Amino acid sequence: MTAIAFGTWRKPSVIPGFGLTFGFLMVYLSLIVLIPIALLILRTTQLSWAEYWAIASNGRVVAALRLSFGAALIAAGINTLFGIIVAWVLVRYEFPGRRLVDAIVDLPFALPTAVAGIALTAIFAKNGWVGQYIEPLGIKVAYTSIGVVIALTFIGLPFVVRTLQPVIMEIERETEEAAATLGASRHQAIFRVVLPTLVPALLTGFVLALARGIGEYGSVVFIAGNLPYRTEIAPLLIVIRLTEFDYNGATAIATIMLAISFVMFLAINLIQVWARRRFGYV
Amino acid sequence: MSEQTLAASATMPPETWRAPTAEVSVVRLVLIGVAVLFIGVFLGFPLLVVFFEAFLNGVAKYFETFADSDTQHAILLTLLVAAIAVPANLIFGVAAAWAIAKYDFRGKALLITLIDLPFSVSPVIAGLIYVIMFGAQGYLGDWLKAHHIQIIFAIPGIVLATIFVTFPFVARELIPLMEEQGTQDEEAAISLGASGWQTFRRVTLPNVKWGLMYGVLLCNARAMGEFGAVAVVSGHIRGLTNTMPLHIEILYNDYQWVAAFAVASLLALLALVTLIVKTLLEWRFSDELANGPR
Amino acid sequence: MRRLVSGLILSTVLAVSAQAQTALLNVSYDPTRELYKDFNAEFIKHWKEKSGETISIKQSHGGSGGQARSVIDGLDADVVTLALESDIDAIAEKSGKIAKDWRKRLPNNSSPYTSTIVFLVKKGNPKNVKDWDDLVKPGIEVITPNPKTSGGARWNYLSAWAYAEHKFNGDKAKAKEFVGALFRNVPVLDTGARGSTTTFVQRGIGDVLLAWENEAFLALKEFGPEKFEIIVPSIATLAEPPVAVVDQNVDKKGTRKVAEAYLEYLYSPVGQKIAAKNFYRPFKPELADAADVKLLPKVTLVSIDDPIFGGWAKAQPEHFGDGGTFDQIYKK
Repeated sequence: MTAIAFGTWRKPSVIPGFGLTFGFLMVYLSLIVLIPIALLILRTTQLSWAEYWAIASNGRVVAALRLSFGAALIAAGINTLFGIIVAWVLVRYEFPGRRLVDAIVDLPFALPTAVAGIALTAIFAKNGWVGQYIEPLGIKVAYTSIGVVIALTFIGLPFVVRTLQPVIMEIERETEEAAATLGASRHQAIFRVVLPTLVPALLTGFVLALARGIGEYGSVVFIAGNLPYRTEIAPLLIVIRLTEFDYNGATAIATIMLAISFVMFLAINLIQVWARRRFGYV
Repeated sequence: MSEQTLAASATMPPETWRAPTAEVSVVRLVLIGVAVLFIGVFLGFPLLVVFFEAFLNGVAKYFETFADSDTQHAILLTLLVAAIAVPANLIFGVAAAWAIAKYDFRGKALLITLIDLPFSVSPVIAGLIYVIMFGAQGYLGDWLKAHHIQIIFAIPGIVLATIFVTFPFVARELIPLMEEQGTQDEEAAISLGASGWQTFRRVTLPNVKWGLMYGVLLCNARAMGEFGAVAVVSGHIRGLTNTMPLHIEILYNDYQWVAAFAVASLLALLALVTLIVKTLLEWRFSDELANGPR
Repeated sequence: MRRLVSGLILSTVLAVSAQAQTALLNVSYDPTRELYKDFNAEFIKHWKEKSGETISIKQSHGGSGGQARSVIDGLDADVVTLALESDIDAIAEKSGKIAKDWRKRLPNNSSPYTSTIVFLVKKGNPKNVKDWDDLVKPGIEVITPNPKTSGGARWNYLSAWAYAEHKFNGDKAKAKEFVGALFRNVPVLDTGARGSTTTFVQRGIGDVLLAWENEAFLALKEFGPEKFEIIVPSIATLAEPPVAVVDQNVDKKGTRKVAEAYLEYLYSPVGQKIAAKNFYRPFKPELADAADVKLLPKVTLVSIDDPIFGGWAKAQPEHFGDGGTFDQIYKK
């Protein structure tokens, strides 16, 4: 039957419904994701390599990609550093309000990015809640690249925490006890035993936050100054190219960003394969 | 005090003793402090600001916002879009999880990567791909025009863009969960003569229903809140193709500061309800929920 | 639960599709929000009296270039009321949806109202800004939208350029340097004119806002003359925001008659009055209220057809095209 028709790439199973669900999966995936993306890539083939390279190496495009990538990198870094602490505290310690903190970590998933954008701007603008106190000190957040980093930190915050939590939960206390019995100080146990096992999950969370940050648009456009070469992010540049009727420019930048996201996810998969081999968990 | 405890405290004085796998209390307090402060500053504060600004001019002004017909329409449209996009992705997520988790085949990892792809694609690109496909200058532009079908700058385009950005949510929640539960239960049901549909409804579904709900909740929150992708395909027609997030931007630019935050607070409230329900689910059904990365 | 959900969907569908009556879609640029809100109400009344038909009018606002792009991509506009001739030209050229001679179809090159560019500063003019020269001084922050996406910003840009060419007796290299120095003082570049006003007025960024005259007066009205004041520069461009019927769309929808009447009504006494009330310069000032017209200051206005620019067909690619002067000043 279906199993035979599909040949050897699938192990036979008594559970029915593979043809139906797999077929539906492929059709839906193709219609919504694959075909539109393929057409986007196809569209850039109307450009010659020289033209494509001219767009890709244009100073403003490079500056925008660098900002998107750089700010996302810093934000993911901040999130990794604090993500470890938050995840550790949430798993290991009991304190009043723990459940509240745990719940609110998911806020950036659920809160619309535009709302986050105007809220952050209301906080950090010159006449904002925090802005009015820090701008006289010479610290400008809104309309600078720091603002971009803050928005991306907000957006990427749940990734590291949520990837780490289950892994920390699974670390067996015995391992730490063994380390302690063997004379390791708590300091040594943390840095030699616990942290290394967290590395793959940390990396995964980091890359997820990074990937999300590079593509983020809604929250950033409100708080960034949108200045070419300085505070203009790559997704905004796509929108600007579109409004200039420059479809070639828009699709070329889009394909560069698509390539970056695909590489990121490939990286996550490789990290997980490596983690499975090294530590026996995902 | 009994002699025993005295003896114990002689070898291990209570004030200095701690489990070898715990940190000293100072470190512990500092860590908790850092974590709470970080979350409070980055997440709690913006949330507070939204509600504060929304009620800046009092409760009456707050509710006045929702009497405006364009605002009401934006809310209805958002509900409609979510009412289409979420079930579509729910059905897809269940089918995808069934096909991927209950069978073994080559190329599974690649398939999962593809399902995850919309997650890391910039929302702006999500809008762009549909403009390129369905726009008047796009691949299908002439055909659509000949048949008087409007996709971009109308509800279908908004729905499509929303489906794209919320694509992986349900599937991502279900796949690890269903993989973990293996296939023995289903195989047993089948061998006892149950049909595939019966097996799914009576055996699989009860096992994953909380995880399913969890995925739907996040999917719904994101569907109602999507901005970037929808902005590209909406056309910003007031009272026609403006969703709530777009309407917030419009109000913001109409000098209706408080009204913008009032609509924003509605979405923030939705986010909060989502989180509360999610926490309740987790609390009651923690063993049945996948703890995989999202 | 299921009944509730399906009921909800049904009522939403009904609400969304309840516009069975004739609905006009006016795709416009950013600062016309208030103008068309007033005008649409009047026109609906007028049309009801004239033809007995009840219509509804939908509005879409955004940066002029972006709005034109949406129409090219299939946004079903019956009429476009944009900031620049070149944006409507783009629709005519790239999509063929508007006849190429659209400019000749209505009086005054299809511009029922005109406007110009002024400076908006904080009350008391703390930085003592008087003219374009003051905007290139170091330490002054100037707010303007992005000329690539906003029509108003192009008028801003060209106004500065016109001043510089006069100042340097037509030396284009020096004019470019001047405009470049001005844009180096810009800390935020929004995509639309309204975004810039919000940045300046509500966020308190910058010392000077380069704004449409009507936008500046509106800001005074919304936020009070005790907070801001308007500075009129010695030279500015005569901005002519044009209007046009989108031929293909109205023929498809059968709305040509009402769409044409809509635009013609802009030239009527009612339309001109409303334009002046919203701080636009009416094409026929004698039709508007004298008090509204008197409010608008006298400025030396340079038309886009002045030899400095040579019309939109020349100015658009020269300044705002790929590699044009605007791109050049941003390249380091």
